[in-house]
Amino acid sequence: MQQVFSIPKSMKKDFKYTFCPGCDHGIAIRLVAEVIDELGIREDIISSTSVGCSVFLYDFLDIDCVEAPHGRALASATGVKRARPDKFVFTYSGDGDFASIGLAESMHTALRGENISSICINNTTYGMTGGQLGPTTLLGQKTTTSPTGRNVDYYGYPIKIAEHIALCEGTAYSARVALDTVPHINQAKQAIKKAFQVQLEGLGFGFVEILSSCPTNWHMTPEEAHKRVREEMMPVFPLGVFKEVNNGN
Amino acid sequence: MGKINIDQSRCKSCYICTETCPKGLIKKSQKTNRLGDYMVELDDKNNECIACAMCAKRCPEIAIEVYK
Repeated sequence: MQQVFSIPKSMKKDFKYTFCPGCDHGIAIRLVAEVIDELGIREDIISSTSVGCSVFLYDFLDIDCVEAPHGRALASATGVKRARPDKFVFTYSGDGDFASIGLAESMHTALRGENISSICINNTTYGMTGGQLGPTTLLGQKTTTSPTGRNVDYYGYPIKIAEHIALCEGTAYSARVALDTVPHINQAKQAIKKAFQVQLEGLGFGFVEILSSCPTNWHMTPEEAHKRVREEMMPVFPLGVFKEVNNGN
Repeated sequence: MGKINIDQSRCKSCYICTETCPKGLIKKSQKTNRLGDYMVELDDKNNECIACAMCAKRCPEIAIEVYK
C-alpha cells in the first residue's frame, strides 16, 4: 500500500504537540511545514517567533529561529531580513502579539513593504494566559476580563487585521482563511504558499490571517468551537483575499 | 480501498475525526489511554474507506497516516 498522507519532512523527529486537544495551531503549523517542503526552502529559513501559544513553533519545526520580545516579532524579522537578504524570513504569531502588543511594529513593517511573510492566528482571545479580552474579541463575547461580554462603550470594536494590512502600500498579499472544514484548510494552505511566494519573488509584505478556535478558553468541545468560527466569527471576519500584487502590476 | 493508522500516543481524544469521516467509519473506542480518555478506532468491516484523508487533514495532532 502507498502512503498518501504523512507527517511533513520539515517537522522535527518524534515531536509531540503540547497544545490543548482540538487546538487549530496543530493544523496551521502542519500547513506551514507542508508549504516549506513544497517550496524546498527549509535550509534558507530564519523565523522570528512571537510570544503566546504560537511560540511553540520552534519546538515542532526543524528550522532556525530567533526569539523576539512580546509583539516585536516583525521588528526582529526586519533586522534579520535586512542583515541577511538572502535568507527566507517569516513570523508566526497570535492576534494578541500581532495586533495588540505589536500593532505598531506589524503595521509599519507592512507600510515599509519589508520582504517578509507573516502568519497571524486569530482566536479572539489571549489563549496562553487564560482567555483574556484581546483586540479581536467579538462584541458580546465573555472573557475573563470582560465577564459581562464585550460592549462597545467600554471596550470598543474588534480589529479586522487582514483588511488593515491590505490598506498598506507595501503589502503584496493579504488574505483571511479558516481551518474549520477540509476545503477551508486547503484554501489556507494555498494562501500561506502565496504569502511565501511573494517574498521569494521580492514583491513585498505577505500576510495571512487564520481564523482559529480555542476550545479550552471558549469552554466548548472542538466541534462546537469550529461551529462558532463558522457562525459567529465569519460574519464579522469575512474570508477572502483583500490584496494581491502580481509580477508586473 | 484505503487504510488509516492512528498513532494513539499522539491522539488527544478531541473526536474531530469521528465527525469528519464522510462514511462515519471512525468511532469512539471502549479502550482508554493513560489519561482515561476514550481512544478512537477505525471500524471498517466492509472495506469502505477510500483514503480521502479528510480525517488526517483535520487532525490537529497529525496522528493519522493514510494508505491507499
